[in-house]
Amino acid sequence: MAIDSKVVAQVAHLARLKVDEADTTALSNRLNDILAMVDQLQQADVADVPPMAHPLDVTQPLRDDQISEPNVRDKAMDIAPAAEDGCFLVPRVIE
Amino acid sequence: MHDKTLTELKAGLTAGDFSSRELTEHFLARIQQYDGELNSFITVTADQALAQADAADQAIAAGNQGLLTGLPIAHKDIFCTEGVRTSCGSKMLDTFIAPYPATVVEKMAAEGAVMLGKTNMDEFAMGSSNETSYYGPEKNPGDLERVPGGTSGGAAACLGARLAPGATGTDTGGSIRQPAALNNITGLKPTYGRVSRWGMIAFASSLDQAGPMGQSAEDCALMLQAMAGHDHRDSTSLNETVGDYLGALKEDISSLTIGIPEEFFPDTLDGAIADNSRDAIRELEKRGAKVVSVSLPSIKLSVPAYYVIAPAEASSNLSRFDGVRFGHRCGDPQDLEDLYKRSRSEGFGDEVKRRILVGTYALSAGYYDAYYRRAQQVRRLIRDDFARAFEKVDVLMGPTAPETAFKLGAKKDDPVSMYMADVFTIGVNLAGLPALSMPTGFINGLPTGTQIIGNYFREGQILNVAHKYQQATDWHKQAPVFGGDQ
Amino acid sequence: MSWEVVIGLEIHVQLNTASKLFSGSKLSTGAEPNTQASLVDLGMPGTLPVVNKEAVRKAALFGLAINADICRHSVFERKNYFYPDLPKGYQTTQLAEPIVGAGEVEIQLENGEKKTVRIHHAHLEEDAGKSLHEDFHGMTGIDLNRAGTPLIEVVTEPDMSNAEEAVAFARKLHAIVTSIGICDGDMSQGNMRFDVNVSVRKPGAPLGTRTETKNLNSFRFMEKAIKLEVERQIDVLEDGGKIVQETRLYNGDTHTARSMRSKEDANDYRYFPCPDLLPVAISDADLDALKAAMPELPDTRKARFMADYQLGEYDADLLSGSIATATFFEGAAKAGGDAKLAANWVMGELAAKLNAEEKDISDSPVSAEQLGQLIARLKDGTISSKIAKQVFEACWAGEGDPDAIIDAKGLKQMNDSGELEKIVDDIIANNAPQVEDYRNSDDAKKKKKIGFFVGQAMKATQGKANPQQLNKLLQEKLQ
Repeated sequence: MAIDSKVVAQVAHLARLKVDEADTTALSNRLNDILAMVDQLQQADVADVPPMAHPLDVTQPLRDDQISEPNVRDKAMDIAPAAEDGCFLVPRVIE
Repeated sequence: MHDKTLTELKAGLTAGDFSSRELTEHFLARIQQYDGELNSFITVTADQALAQADAADQAIAAGNQGLLTGLPIAHKDIFCTEGVRTSCGSKMLDTFIAPYPATVVEKMAAEGAVMLGKTNMDEFAMGSSNETSYYGPEKNPGDLERVPGGTSGGAAACLGARLAPGATGTDTGGSIRQPAALNNITGLKPTYGRVSRWGMIAFASSLDQAGPMGQSAEDCALMLQAMAGHDHRDSTSLNETVGDYLGALKEDISSLTIGIPEEFFPDTLDGAIADNSRDAIRELEKRGAKVVSVSLPSIKLSVPAYYVIAPAEASSNLSRFDGVRFGHRCGDPQDLEDLYKRSRSEGFGDEVKRRILVGTYALSAGYYDAYYRRAQQVRRLIRDDFARAFEKVDVLMGPTAPETAFKLGAKKDDPVSMYMADVFTIGVNLAGLPALSMPTGFINGLPTGTQIIGNYFREGQILNVAHKYQQATDWHKQAPVFGGDQ
Repeated sequence: MSWEVVIGLEIHVQLNTASKLFSGSKLSTGAEPNTQASLVDLGMPGTLPVVNKEAVRKAALFGLAINADICRHSVFERKNYFYPDLPKGYQTTQLAEPIVGAGEVEIQLENGEKKTVRIHHAHLEEDAGKSLHEDFHGMTGIDLNRAGTPLIEVVTEPDMSNAEEAVAFARKLHAIVTSIGICDGDMSQGNMRFDVNVSVRKPGAPLGTRTETKNLNSFRFMEKAIKLEVERQIDVLEDGGKIVQETRLYNGDTHTARSMRSKEDANDYRYFPCPDLLPVAISDADLDALKAAMPELPDTRKARFMADYQLGEYDADLLSGSIATATFFEGAAKAGGDAKLAANWVMGELAAKLNAEEKDISDSPVSAEQLGQLIARLKDGTISSKIAKQVFEACWAGEGDPDAIIDAKGLKQMNDSGELEKIVDDIIANNAPQVEDYRNSDDAKKKKKIGFFVGQAMKATQGKANPQQLNKLLQEKLQ
């Protein structure tokens, strides 16, 4: 499952990363090295082994339905790169 | 003063040998003097530290001491500190003033700790050498041409150089233990869920765990006592009683059984590295411990499993850095896509981008089963291997890292070789077990470390084993010749 | 040859918890932007989610209400995509192991038949924030107050074959979620939002390519949007074209729909189990407790209405269809002492008036108690049904309780025969030609012609004459 420039471009778009055309070959080589290493996983006999998402077999603690969070708008607006009237600003979204 | 352990400094503060202000000023002066070269701090919070020190001195005078009152510590720059920049070693967060504190930071402050500043780290905790930091590589205090390891490299190096007597780190694949080994200090990665992740900027959520780093196991026990505990804000933090870690250091280890996983001593391992760890095990054997050989057959797949799971989780965790609500935003975005793509590409460094791409690929349609699902299956095999071993033994031991500190730049163009630096540490994260690295001698003047892995929630036991070793040896007391004053 | 229509629905039901699904923020209703968005809702670095117990309870209650299997270890997953109103860059939702498994809902069709719509599953998920396009001089403002609001997404099998069935299903679902108290059901506030998947095919042919029309927030718009889309697809196919799988946006004001281009580019959501959350466990004991606390469901209520109030199936269905209507009806029936009259008034006068003024029954200016009082006066003969309508109007206009209105306006029916007799005598005396005409008519014609005298008497009494009494008197006197 080799990664070529086309796959790099697709994956980069999904991840919203810009990859310069000039770098795609070098990058796809690097990624292929990593995938070649990762491909050792294919040796494992994992038939009937359930995937393990968490190290410990515990279940989700549930929170009581109570309002506990303060209004942090001012703090959030202070660190926002672009904000106005209590909203975060982005270039116009066309639906 | 700076050669004393945290435990000794605590006694000194209690006895009135010196004040917290004197202590804090001493370390701040050392940072000022030496860190320009070392680069172990991203941010030094001198004013805040002195204010905390003064408050600590008042608390001591009033006989109102917490676990860490008046003791200076350094936080890895991955922990949110309210009102103080929290960069995570990234340009993305260069201007990010965290609006709230991490639980770890809050708990240690509540016990009276004085924060000296925020330590350097690999960007978003991705790396094994500290070279991916936006703030420039951090250097090994024992040899300035070498790396300190990563990702808690700043923490390990500032401890090694005695610029701080205690520090926090985080460990996703070895990020506390590997730099601890490379800087001749002691570092503990607790059981997954032992320490709250609230306010700790996520790399790989199911693997990340915060822990203490210090000169000795005893210091780590002291800090862990303050850090550990259930947090209702972290669903994965466990509601288990916190042990008495300092008390555990008094327990007898003569009935201890140490397992030596054969996979941790492969034929390809540097013989000197293997010898140092074998010597350390022999030292414990002399004190009554029984040693048996065990096998962890699936551990050989820990690096590939890790390099699927960690990037996959990271690719999702790092999506929130989009230039909208905080962090770096590109200049004059033309449209939404441009805002996302330029902000993220400018804000993230190469290694972070690589891992996001690998993780995105591993989760994408058509590859999920072959990569992510399979890695999670292998993860279970690895955990089961450990579980079988712990039916027979109390702790497992072996080298922390396959090599000593390497030269800056040596692996920069070879990510896969860099990933192998964590070959002995990664399995522990996949299984969620606690493990500690302690100094066990030098090779050509460069420190080596030995790892002690315990069963779930047995932090007290592994700290005790390390403490017993450190009572019998003095490797951990050797500080690198740095700055010409040691 | 005719076309067969295949419709499946995805319905977002907003749960009426106090706080959000993963944070302790208050659920927002019209608050200032971002004042009810906590650190967690803003996706601040280092923040973590913790699941709201009540949201889990409500989702499981819904599962029991539709006879579904409840997943004992449901798993939250991340759906990854970039959008400005999605602060973390992923939506926390459920996919492989949703909390509610397959279930079913029975709907009543207009032709009297019943149909079962299968539910594929229902899952818990968080809502996104809002993009505001006005007032930001060409930019878009992001308000994250809604981000993290708990939703259940109910996904049906493609079991509906026309817009009316889809609406009947939607109404039934509305009745269920409001009856069990998990959703406020206010459509104008977006409490329920419908996505409709529509395809058409020739009978017997494999399923056609479907389109999805998103975010319809009223039954009326849903019906219109489906009809519009069915017509469009048939037109395209009959012109030899092909249906493109796409997401469409319906505009209720213009009754038009268009393709949503921005969301078209093939998304790969890269679902995976959320590593910040653990499996949500539901025990037998939890389920037993939920079953014991299950409020009356619409179907049970309908059966009870038929049995207790002797209502026909159609009436019982209408009145039990929403918890608000059912409660109103039962209140009016009890206060008025006559279920049949209460049913007629609720479905008749009240419904018409609410409809005309586009009001919900919960906002009715006439309360159930007031309608009950009106019915009681009607039943005991204090007022005629004609006067009752007048009293109802006055009550609607806020002029007070029916009893007070009757008193104040002197609308009491004239039951004193002496007074009425005098009025009838006067009418007969003053309308000699009509009396003459009446007396010369045969019985059939007499029945018609008596109306003139009734009208005169009602005019003279301002409608207060008791109709039966008046009729009897007139017949005697005109003999």
